[in-house]
Amino acid sequence: MGRQRAPRQFPFTLAILTALVTLFMLIPMALSMTAGLVNNYSKGLASGLTTRWLEQVWEGYGDTILWSLTIASLCALITIVVGVPCAYALARTRSRWARLFEELLTLPVAVPGLATGLALILVYGQFRSFRQSFLFILVGHIVFTLPFVVRTVSSAFANRELITLEEAARTLGAGFTRRLLGVLIPAVMPAIIASALMVFTLSVGEFNLTWMLHTPLTRTLPVGLADSYASMRIEVGSAYTLIFFIVVLPLLWALQAIANEVQKRYGT
Amino acid sequence: MTRSVQRLTCLVPVVVIFVAFWLLPMVWLVALPAQKGWATYFAIFTHPKYWLSLINTVGLSLLVTAFTLALGGAVGIFLARYKFVGRGALLSLLTLPLSFPGVIIGFFMILLGGRQGLIADLSEALGAGRLTLAYGFTGLFLAYLYFSLPRAIATYTAAAEKMELALEEAAKTMGATRYAIMRDVWIPELAPTTLACAAIVFATSMGAFGTAFTLATKFEVLPITIYTEFTNYANFALAAALSMALGLVTWLVMYLARRYTDAAPVSI
Repeated sequence: MGRQRAPRQFPFTLAILTALVTLFMLIPMALSMTAGLVNNYSKGLASGLTTRWLEQVWEGYGDTILWSLTIASLCALITIVVGVPCAYALARTRSRWARLFEELLTLPVAVPGLATGLALILVYGQFRSFRQSFLFILVGHIVFTLPFVVRTVSSAFANRELITLEEAARTLGAGFTRRLLGVLIPAVMPAIIASALMVFTLSVGEFNLTWMLHTPLTRTLPVGLADSYASMRIEVGSAYTLIFFIVVLPLLWALQAIANEVQKRYGT
Repeated sequence: MTRSVQRLTCLVPVVVIFVAFWLLPMVWLVALPAQKGWATYFAIFTHPKYWLSLINTVGLSLLVTAFTLALGGAVGIFLARYKFVGRGALLSLLTLPLSFPGVIIGFFMILLGGRQGLIADLSEALGAGRLTLAYGFTGLFLAYLYFSLPRAIATYTAAAEKMELALEEAAKTMGATRYAIMRDVWIPELAPTTLACAAIVFATSMGAFGTAFTLATKFEVLPITIYTEFTNYANFALAAALSMALGLVTWLVMYLARRYTDAAPVSI
C-alpha cells in the first residue's frame, strides 16, 4: 500500500485461466496427431504405431490437397489482378455510388456462405460442365475473398502522401500506366502481399460455401476432411488432420513470414 | 483518356464478377420465396421449428461470445503484461487454430467428447460410465468456443499491449482492489476492442456450418436447418428465406458494431 514502484503481484487468477485455456486449445491438437498414428484408437498406444492410415489418406484424398492449393493460388492471383485497380478507383472516387458499391462488395462476407452457395447453384447449376468443374468452386471463393483485397488495398491507396506523390508524377508528365506501375503499385505492395496471403489462407480453409459447390469429383481439402470424418474410421480422420498439419500449416507459416518481412522492410 | 474513364475502366472487372456471380444470383435467391407465396419469407417467425432453430443459434452465439470475451480478455491481458520464456511460442500456438477449417474443430470435439473420446475414457475410469457430450449442446458450445478464442486472444493481446500503465498504477497507488481495477480501468480501456471482437465472434458463430455439420449435432442450429431443407427436402424457397434471415441478423450486428466503433480508415 502506498509504496512507490511496488513489485507487481503475480495475478494468479489470470495465470490459472491462461493455463486452462492453453490446455483446452492444445489437448485436441495433440489427440488428433497421435490418433492418426496408432493401429487402433480405442486400444491406444498399446496397439502399436503405424503409417498405414497416413498412406490410406494420401491415396484416397491426396488430390484434395493439391486442388485446394491450386484453387487458393488462382484465387489470390485473380483477386489481386482485378481487385487492385478497383481499390484504386474506389480510393480516388468520392461519389455516393462508389461508397454504395464498396458496402455491397463486403456483403458476401456477412451473408452466410451457405446462402451464396445456394444462390450460385440456383443460377448456374444448370450449366453442367461449369457446375462439375473446379471453376465453380473458384468463382465462389473469388466473390467471397474479393472484399478483403479491395478494402485493404484501397485504404493503402487512400494514403495522403501517396496522393501527393501521384500528383507530382502526373505534373511531371507520367501517364496513367506509368504512374500505376512506377509509383502506385510499388507503394501499396505490402498491402497487396498481406491481402494475397489472407485470400490464400481463407480459400484453403473455406468450407461453408465449398460444401455447397463441390461435386464428388471436385473436392477440396476441407470437403475431403468432412467426408473422411463422416464415413471413415476415427484413425483415418485423424491421419488426414495430421496431413493438414504437416503439409498446409508450414506453408501458411512460411507465407506469413514472407509477408511480415515485406511489411517490415517496405511498410510505412 | 479522362480520369473518370480511367477509373471506370479500373472498376469494370470487379463489377462484372460481382454482379454476375454474387449480386444476380443473390437477387434470384431473394426473389425465390415469393413464388411460393409471401408467407414463405416469414416462415422463420410463423413456424415453431424454424423459430426455435433461430433462437437456438442466437442463444448459442451470445453465450459463446460472452465466454470468449471473458476468457480471451483474461488470457490477452496476461500475455500482454507478463513476459516469460516461451511467451511468443505460446501466443502463436494459441492463435494457430485461426487457420483450421471448421470441420477440423468439429472433429476435435469428437476426439474429446465423442463415444471413443478422452472424456468418455476419463469418466469411465472414475466409475461414472462413458460420458459423451460431443453431439449435444455442450459439444457445440465447446467447439464454437474453440474456434472463437484464438481471434479474441490475438486481438486482446495486441490491444492490452497498447494499454497505458499509468492509469492502472495510479489506481493501485490509491489502493484500488484488483476487482476495481478490472471494472474501472481494464474494461473501459478495452471497450472498443471488445465491441469489435464481439461482433466478429457473434457473426462467425451465427454462420458456422462446418463444425455443426461434422458433429451431426442434435442441437439444431440455423445453418444446419437451412442445409437440411435444401438437401433432404429440396425446399429451395424455404432454404432461401431462412438464409436471408440468417444473413440479415449477421449483417445487422456487424453493421452496428462498425458504426459504434471508431470508423477511422485502417492505416498501413
